[in-house]
Amino acid sequence: MYRYDQFDRQLVTERVAQFRRQVERRLNGELTEDQFKPLRLMNGLYMQLHAYMLRVNVPYGTLSSRQLRTFAHVARAYDRGFGHFTTRQNIQYNWVKLEDTPDILAELAEVEVTAIQSSGNCVRNITSDQYAGRAKDELVDPRIYCELLRQYSFLHPEFSYLPRKFKIAVTGSPHDRAAVALHDIGLRMHLDDQGRPGFEVLVGGGQGRTPFIAHTIREWLEPEHLLSYVESILRVYNIHGRRDNIHKARIKIIVNQMGIDKYRELVDADWERIRDSRLRVPQEEIDRIAAYFAPPEYAELSDASEELAARQGADPEFDRWLASNVVEHKVPGYSIVNLSLKAPGRAPGDLDADRMDAVADLADRYSFGQIRITHRQNLVLVDVEQRKLEALWRALKALGLATPNIGQLTDIVCCPGLDFCSLANARSIPVAEDLGLHFVDVDRLALVGDLTLNISGCMNACGHHHVGNIGILGVDKRGQEYFQLTLGGCSDESASLGDRLGPALPQSEVPGAIEAIVETYLGLREDGERFLDTYRRVGLEPFKQAVYEGADSKAVA
Amino acid sequence: MALIKGGRMSLDPFHSVGAEGELPADGDVLVTLARWQAQREELLGRPGRLGVKLASDQPPALIASDLGHFALVALEFPAFRDGRAYSYARLLREQFGYTGEIRAVGDVLLEQLHFMVRAGFDAFELDSADPEADFATAVGEFSVWYQPATDDRPSALELRHRHDR
Repeated sequence: MYRYDQFDRQLVTERVAQFRRQVERRLNGELTEDQFKPLRLMNGLYMQLHAYMLRVNVPYGTLSSRQLRTFAHVARAYDRGFGHFTTRQNIQYNWVKLEDTPDILAELAEVEVTAIQSSGNCVRNITSDQYAGRAKDELVDPRIYCELLRQYSFLHPEFSYLPRKFKIAVTGSPHDRAAVALHDIGLRMHLDDQGRPGFEVLVGGGQGRTPFIAHTIREWLEPEHLLSYVESILRVYNIHGRRDNIHKARIKIIVNQMGIDKYRELVDADWERIRDSRLRVPQEEIDRIAAYFAPPEYAELSDASEELAARQGADPEFDRWLASNVVEHKVPGYSIVNLSLKAPGRAPGDLDADRMDAVADLADRYSFGQIRITHRQNLVLVDVEQRKLEALWRALKALGLATPNIGQLTDIVCCPGLDFCSLANARSIPVAEDLGLHFVDVDRLALVGDLTLNISGCMNACGHHHVGNIGILGVDKRGQEYFQLTLGGCSDESASLGDRLGPALPQSEVPGAIEAIVETYLGLREDGERFLDTYRRVGLEPFKQAVYEGADSKAVA
Repeated sequence: MALIKGGRMSLDPFHSVGAEGELPADGDVLVTLARWQAQREELLGRPGRLGVKLASDQPPALIASDLGHFALVALEFPAFRDGRAYSYARLLREQFGYTGEIRAVGDVLLEQLHFMVRAGFDAFELDSADPEADFATAVGEFSVWYQPATDDRPSALELRHRHDR
């Protein structure tokens, strides 16, 4: 993985020193809260309902065991012993003290981790495919370009006070696990007919209260032009983006107001001027960064599929885990292993310090000391020898991290909700916990198969409910918490926004409604259809009937 | 309010006449864009240098063909969160080749000065008890920059490959 050189280290050290002075100025009253707010936000520090929350970046989701141990240490020393992994490959600490944050950031800087621009109206943590560099279908390792963009965007002199936050994601695989079409800029990598990599550039996607699927602004961009083209997109946004209304300030609004063709025209006019400027990326820099992402020293193995097949039936629990949590690797004899942070009844994405340490140990033992964070709030060990899968599974089971539900209904994505967040209308975590406890039959879950379920506690959509195959949105109805369901959302290369099913339901009726939706799907599905395929074929109506008709519901329109 | 130029406190030779104020007979004046557009000939006919102040919704393309007349372009920050003027300053320097003074006025925070310097501003209206010291601290907080901008500071990327050769 990427390692800091003298320049990276110097910059991060200076940033911590700067923030230490800013905190001092805030504590002694030289800075008002209004003036301090954007400064703390650009260092990852939020004010939540009960305390400060610190959001720390895991750039493009790649983490070392040493860094994870530091996360555990921070959780113990400065928080309440746990952290929360988010949909943007960050970790959040919910109970930090303002005066401790410079020390926390200094400790994180020691292991090359920052909270720089994890919040604020600037370019946020660059996200990517959690299987980057390992996925069987991958064309190009996207992390090289994520790292280029990370550096380019850090402390950008022109783009640190954009109209609103700005999120960039990159995928190097045709199967999009990074939800690039739901980002302010999405970069989809392709190869030309001579095998050279390039980007399809998407712009103006996003969720929140006005969701949009991104438009393609450019079909093909050579890597040497990546930074200049991104700069032109940002410049047009900085100048033209709306600043009169915070809810209309994202790039998606201006792109859709002026139209993608007009936006492209403005970008191209600026880009013509700067494309051959100092922003041109020399091949030496791409090569320098790429060297950090060279594959580890794999053992020469052949696929253990026969051995695993021979073992099948010996332990159904292991078989189930293998089927749902283990993914094909590009190197023979190795597998990608997902660690589920979605055990029944637990808050999705939460992990306590002891388990963080334990996962770090397992990463050292089984996966070259690397861990990935997924945008579905799970962890991954990307380089596990197939012959060691069973031993790893036993260790994960003992930690409660082997729930066989990756990609299934109970692999729920969920925002912190009203338990922590000052924006929320409703508590989202208890809904996730209810569902986890309702759908406990792992064989039935496996039968239902691929089905993404996302919960947001308010229309800001941090739980990405718009793109869940089933989305659940917390709403406030006359002071009561209600939940609105949507169906048919999807964040991959066939991205779509969910359709509203009908009136909102009280929390107590949510598990029953999901049950009815699942039953309807099982009754209607044709051979090999996933839930999303069936939904796209049959539409909303049968599901609507199943949820609302005949039932004695307290649903509220 | 202090004016900082070249890192030093500086007397402002420009008399700001705003939208309504009476034009003095001579001396340097700073006018709004509307006034420049309305009184162009009168302003060009008087002795003294001319400055124009752009609000944050007035991009420099509006004065691109007139820049030769201005010794000063003041870019206004109506609130420190409004970052449009960073782009305007860069466009003035890099697209329109403007070499006169670009002054940051309005809600200018110390924390933003190093960004402004990099974006092409060279004068700053500061609300500070010790503006020279505060300016020096603010622009000296970083010695590494990740991206090229209007200033000639080399980026980390450029330094890396300079060392390699």
